[in-house]
This record gives sequence, C-alpha cells and structure tokens, in this order.
Amino acid sequence: MTMATSPNSGSAEQPGRPKRGVPEGLWLRCDSCGNTVFRRQVEKQLYLCPDCGHHFYVPSRVRIAQLLDPDSFEEWYDNLRPADPLSFVDSRPYKDRLKAETKRTGLTEACIVGRGYLRGRPLVIGITDSAFIMGSMGSVVGEKLTRAIEEATRLLLPLVIISGSGGGARMHEGILSLMQMAKVSAALGRYHEVGGLFISVLTNPTMGGVAASFASLGDIIIAEPKALIGFAGPRVVEATVKVALPVGFQTSEFLLEHGFVDRIVARPQLQIELSKLIDYCVR
Amino acid sequence: MRPQNVLPFERTIFELEEQLSKLESEPSTPGTLETIRNMRADIAKLKREVFDNLDAWQTVQVARHQERPQTRDYIDLCCDEFLELHGDRAYGDDPAIVTGLAKIDDFRVMFIGQQKGRTLKERTQCYYGCAHPEGYRKALLKMEMAAKYKLPIVCLIDTPGAYPGIGAEERGQAYTIAYNLREMSRLGVPIICTVIGEGGSGGALGIGIGDHVAMLQFSYYSVISPEGCASILWKSGKFADKAARALRFTGKDLLQFGVVDEVLPEPLGAAHRDHRLMAATMKAMFVRQLRTLSALSPSEILNRRYEKFRRLGVFEEQTATTASV
Ligand SMILES: [Zn+2]
Repeated sequence: MTMATSPNSGSAEQPGRPKRGVPEGLWLRCDSCGNTVFRRQVEKQLYLCPDCGHHFYVPSRVRIAQLLDPDSFEEWYDNLRPADPLSFVDSRPYKDRLKAETKRTGLTEACIVGRGYLRGRPLVIGITDSAFIMGSMGSVVGEKLTRAIEEATRLLLPLVIISGSGGGARMHEGILSLMQMAKVSAALGRYHEVGGLFISVLTNPTMGGVAASFASLGDIIIAEPKALIGFAGPRVVEATVKVALPVGFQTSEFLLEHGFVDRIVARPQLQIELSKLIDYCVR
Repeated sequence: MRPQNVLPFERTIFELEEQLSKLESEPSTPGTLETIRNMRADIAKLKREVFDNLDAWQTVQVARHQERPQTRDYIDLCCDEFLELHGDRAYGDDPAIVTGLAKIDDFRVMFIGQQKGRTLKERTQCYYGCAHPEGYRKALLKMEMAAKYKLPIVCLIDTPGAYPGIGAEERGQAYTIAYNLREMSRLGVPIICTVIGEGGSGGALGIGIGDHVAMLQFSYYSVISPEGCASILWKSGKFADKAARALRFTGKDLLQFGVVDEVLPEPLGAAHRDHRLMAATMKAMFVRQLRTLSALSPSEILNRRYEKFRRLGVFEEQTATTASV
C-alpha cells in the first residue's frame, strides 16, 4: 500500500515538538516490547514499532496525510476556539492550560474536521487528537463534530471519525462537556436517518464520554490493535471492584471478543479497508 | 423524627427541633405556647438561612442524603397506578433502573427512574444507583414501546454514575449509553427528565435526553463526580469540596448554561424532610409539562429536542479564518 503524503504533514512534524507516546529525541522506547527504536524509522512506518508493530500515537494531521489523498483535505471550522465558561481553576487556570496545550501541540483544540478524498472516495472526516488535554471533548470538539456530521448529512457523504481520547468529556468545561455527548449523538441520529454511512475508528485510548457517545455509534466500528477502549478508566474499575482486572481488559481484542467491535485493523491496512467498506455501503 | 443521618449544617436545626418537641409534649401554659410559637418561627428562619446558602459541596451531601426521596417514593406519591415492567430481553433485569406504566393525574405515561435503594440490601442490589448496561437497555426498550403507543415518558435521574465494573465493561457500558443518547433524541413522544438527586455523568445522561429537563433545588448534575474530578485534577479525592465549587453543577449555574429548563424548589429543610410536599411539587410540574408537550406534533417535538441540545456549548468563533497552527 502506498501512503499518501500531504503538505499538511509537514506542519505537524516540526522537530522538537513533544508528542504524547512519542517523546522528543532521536530514540524512543517502545511501550510494548521495551526496545529502544529509532524515532525517524517509527515515523516513516506509520508510527509503528519496527520491532513489534506496536501502534504509537499519531498526530491528527499526520493521520490525515496517512489516510487521505494528497492535498485533498479541506479543513472546516478551524476558527472555533475554546472558551472558559466556568472560569475553571485547578492547579492553574483552564485558560492558561489551553494556551500551554496549544504551544506544546501546535493544535488549537483536540479535534480537526473537514472533507477530503480517501483513495478517490469523497468523505467527511473527524479526528480527535489525544495530545490536546487527553483528547477530551469540550464545547469545541462537540461543535466541530456536530457541524461536520450535519454537513455530511446535507451532502450525503460517508463519515469517518477517528477517536483518540483518554479524557472523555472534558472536566474543565463541566456539564457543557457532558452535553456535547448528547449533541453529537443527536446529530448522528439524523445522519443515520438519511442513510449515511458512519465508520468509527477507535485508537488508543478511547474512553469515557467519547467512548459513550459518537465513538460507539458507527455503523461499522474498527479498532486499531491493542488500543485501550472503555467507559470507566481501568484504575477506577479496579478501585471499585477490588479485584485484579483480567488480562487484556478493555483492549481492542477484549471488545472484539465481547461483540463491541467489528474488526481490528492494523494501521498499514486501515486506508484500504476503509475504502473497501465504503464501496460496500455507498453507491 | 430525627433522621439517622444528620448533616453537619443541619445539627443546630435538629437540636432546636428536639427542644421544641419536648416543649410541645409538656402540659401547656400561656407562657410555653408563646415560646413554642417563637421557636417555630426561629427554626423556620434558621432552615431558610442554612438552606438558602448551601455551597456546592453541601448541596452534594443533601443530594446524597439517605432519606432523600427516591424513584420508588415518587412513584408511590405521584402516580395513581404503576405497573412495573421488567427486563431488557437480552441479559437481565437491573434494579438500579425502574421502568413501568403509570398514571399521573389524567395522563398515562412510561415512568423510568434510577433507584439507589434505601436498606442495605436494596442498596447492594441496586449498586447504590449505578446501573449496568442492561439497565440502560431496559430503559430504552420501554421508552421505544412508549413511543410506539404514543405514551409520554417521564425519567427520574438519580445516580452517582454508571457502574464502573468488569461486567459492565464486558457488556458494553459505553456502547449502551451512546445508543441511548442517539435513540432518545429520535423518540417522537414528550420526554420529561428530572434530576432528583445525583446527576452523575454519562450514567445520568443515558436517560436524560428530554424536551423538558428539570432538577430539584438541592440536586446536582455533573460531568464527573466531585471526588473523581478532585482525584484527577487535585491529585486527591480529599479536595472534593474544591472540585464541587469549580464544576458549577448546581441549579443556578445549569439554568444559566441552558442545560436545565427549571429548578424545582424543595420543601423547607430539603426534600428529605417532606417527601409528600416534594412529590406534590414534582407532580404539578409533570402535569404542567405533559399538558404543554402533548399539544405538539411528533415532528415539532423532535425538532425542538434537537435544537435544545444543539445549542449547548460555549466557544469562540474567530471571524478571520486563521491557520490552525
Ligand atoms: Zn515494540
């Protein structure tokens, strides 16, 4: 399979920018096999470990370049910015946290949406980026996704959302974050009614309010291998049930076994699989 | 009549009330009658003062009070008839969500409510009000049945959150809640949701998509429990009071955010002091809303509900589209 390269990828691969799961430096340690691997080699191979195939975190703009045809991505609603409706302060003000996250990641929020072509097939795409406040959903993520879904409904285009969120609904925006789950899900309800095809791709990690809303509502649900996917965080579950968690609990494979994922697809096959699935459902 | 669980800020109230009942039980003289009158007025004044000024963390404690009326109490007090319907047709019957057909005044409705349980046995069976996927599936199944027969739906929300257990994850807690959110937004009958105690996160929202969303004065509705938020952001659950204030999850704020449409006043000293009065207030709201919403066509209801949630969120929209990096 040939991977598309896009001018977008350049902006996301600026050197020296720390990335969640892929720390700075020439070398990095694989979480899975423990080997020290050459960073450039990982990045060249779709952010996979060259030794064991472990799926590292992929920045959202790199993901676009991996999946969509060169130059085909048209980003939407990138003028939306988070506000601070609660005037939330924990160890530091939410406003400062947002600024720091933007500086650290180069993103203005945890989600990008837009339209593009995947192997020549037009679609609407959304990606949540787990680097920005753990990929959590606040008002901007909810609004961007909702608008994108409404556009997909209007244009009758297939919809692919790639989820990565350890944070679920964003605490710093309080109840308004919870309500984004309702808002996005209702938009998916309308999209479903007009017969739209929604493919949800779950990546490591997809938890909480993201898992309990749009990420679970795909007509087809795909997971990358060994991703952490679930409602409650494993530590919360462990503290509640007070027994050791089963091996592989809340992994992609666990979800497949229990009937909540259609297919586990390794990253090198993702683009071609998506194109095949679209061809079955969209004429 | 002192409840087993007296909250710290209620202590003085109960002490005065005990003195009062002692006085009332003694043979009365013109002097004691005067004292009794004054004491009653003082107690009422104190209750008002205390409960008008509860902070967010104190509100959480009232919302969790063991003697606070629960779904089954409201069923007894608001409904002229209740025919419970059990089971999700897939796995089991979750006692943490009660569902059934009910009569409220002239209206026949589907009544759905989260139940925490009062005795230790009940609480254990109900996982303290934390439903499993089968509970959410049962709720949706009965709601879909209601929509088929054009029955309005009443939902009472009272949960610390959906149960975070191994079985719950194995049986698809995330999927089941997500599916409820999508499908509740598509039911063409009136849905009235009321947070009666704890509105805990996705577990509350899972039966919370309604045309009229109300909450009781001393309930809260939050993206995360104050303890959970504190343990993540303040690194210890001990700072739950701080998290409670930061999350802005009581009635006044939620009205302002447009998340709830109405905050129902509680009896003097909160709902646990007078179940009947609380139920009467709630029943009056049900009847009012059932009258209003029944006048709408299914498509009006669906559009209204969509727009109601569509509007929620606060963000900035920059006019000049700038590069996103
Ligand atoms: Zn490896």
